Amino acid sequence: MNAIYVLWIRQLKRYVRSRARIVGSLGQPLLFLVALGFGFGPVFQKAGQGNYIQFLAPGVIGMTILFSAVFSGIELIWDRQFGFLKETMVAPVPRIAIMIGRTCGGATVALAQGVIVILICYAAGFRSTNLASLPFALLFMALIALMFTAFGTAIASVLSDFQAFQLVMNFLIMPMFFLSGALFPLLGVPRALQIVAAVNPFAYGVDGMRAALIGGTAHFGAPLDLAVLSVITALLLALGSYLFSRIQL
Amino acid sequence: MIRVQNLVKKYGDFTAVDDISFDVSQGEIFAFLGPNGAGKTTTIKMLTTLLKPTSGTVELDGLNPAVDHTEVRKRFGIVFQDPSLDDELTAYENLDLHCILYKVPRKVRKERIQRLLTLFELWDRRHDPVKEFSGGMKRRLEIARGLLHTPKILFLDEPTLGLDPQTRNHLWTHVQKLNQEENVTVFLTTHYMEEADRVAQRIAIIDHGKIVAQGTSPELKTNTSSETLEQAFLALTGSSIREESVGGVDRLRQMSKMWRGSRR
Repeated sequence: MNAIYVLWIRQLKRYVRSRARIVGSLGQPLLFLVALGFGFGPVFQKAGQGNYIQFLAPGVIGMTILFSAVFSGIELIWDRQFGFLKETMVAPVPRIAIMIGRTCGGATVALAQGVIVILICYAAGFRSTNLASLPFALLFMALIALMFTAFGTAIASVLSDFQAFQLVMNFLIMPMFFLSGALFPLLGVPRALQIVAAVNPFAYGVDGMRAALIGGTAHFGAPLDLAVLSVITALLLALGSYLFSRIQL
Repeated sequence: MIRVQNLVKKYGDFTAVDDISFDVSQGEIFAFLGPNGAGKTTTIKMLTTLLKPTSGTVELDGLNPAVDHTEVRKRFGIVFQDPSLDDELTAYENLDLHCILYKVPRKVRKERIQRLLTLFELWDRRHDPVKEFSGGMKRRLEIARGLLHTPKILFLDEPTLGLDPQTRNHLWTHVQKLNQEENVTVFLTTHYMEEADRVAQRIAIIDHGKIVAQGTSPELKTNTSSETLEQAFLALTGSSIREESVGGVDRLRQMSKMWRGSRR
């Protein structure tokens, strides 16, 4: 238990201390919000879909958490190369505890990033229509964070270099983001795209956040979102723990 | 305390550790010597649960590191050959984290950290992040950390590499004290023969993954009719430099890792 706590705290300390990472990781959502939000806003409005910033904000918040969480999981490769992983791996602590500590730490960092981006979205004109459901939004954010940190950890357990990580980013994470309905409504898009979104766990995360933050516009519906996210998160945590326990150095 | 029988580790076609057997009894200081790339670190990794052997048996305090991971991990402490600190944390935080992982009781934690940081002359820098430390300071911190808890078996993998004579002296004095007062079994590797000669009660020499000689320092000297341990070592392992074979091992390891990594 203490081991989980100390590894969790470690991730937070590392995050708070690297200001470059905090600022750097906020640049991308800001760019998306300004370029897409304000750029496509008028078109979106004319098409009769309402305020684009309102629609886009949950997607951008989700994106921040997605990237941040995968990156946190991937930090494992970093720890392996710089040797710190060995220190934890020979400690008399079950590997599952190490994995849980790391994953919770990474997910907390990703969640913190997401909360900062909510504030940025507010500054850009986003308004939640139902503040009472903010805890639900946070729940969905936490699930996205946990799910993708576990996913990153699972990947990092079988990879040992950063080049391969690039591959994962470009062929898995980027498509997950762009094909999720974070940027456009899924209603009315070609059937193939709808199917892709339906098997994309991130799509359910964005949908759930959207349901909680602005209500009424959910594609899958919040209960289904919650169910899918919970199941996939549990599966990825199990997979991550299994692969992590098999790491040899 | 440590019993190794017919231990083999292969990376693809390459045999890093080739059918070695040895015993280390409780309370003994055992030196494992060999040129670069001879298989010392690979052996230590198999003893410390980090790597699974290809074949052969390993026993630590009667337990199998490949099966009873957590129980085995409770019994040893290790100073790694290469860095294993968290650079973003301070020296104190690194040691504190270690204490928590190893369940050092809260009451003695602070006092022990202070004693070891003072011994290795890092107490004044305890609140500085490790990334600002020089190579030698990091090494000292790493050793201090390895000595925080008192394990049954202490593994030291080339602990004195890059250290000045003062620190080396501190280290070995401390290790001998632990050995005598707490009956800690010590398994060490080093390239400094005079160190092995000074502290080790028994020595094994490994080359190309095989143990070529075992015994006390005087025995090894007599058997090779050498005056010093260094001469005995050279007589047993030859005088050719092993950089190439190191590169070979590393390359093979790298390749096997890359293959593992790119398999999808």
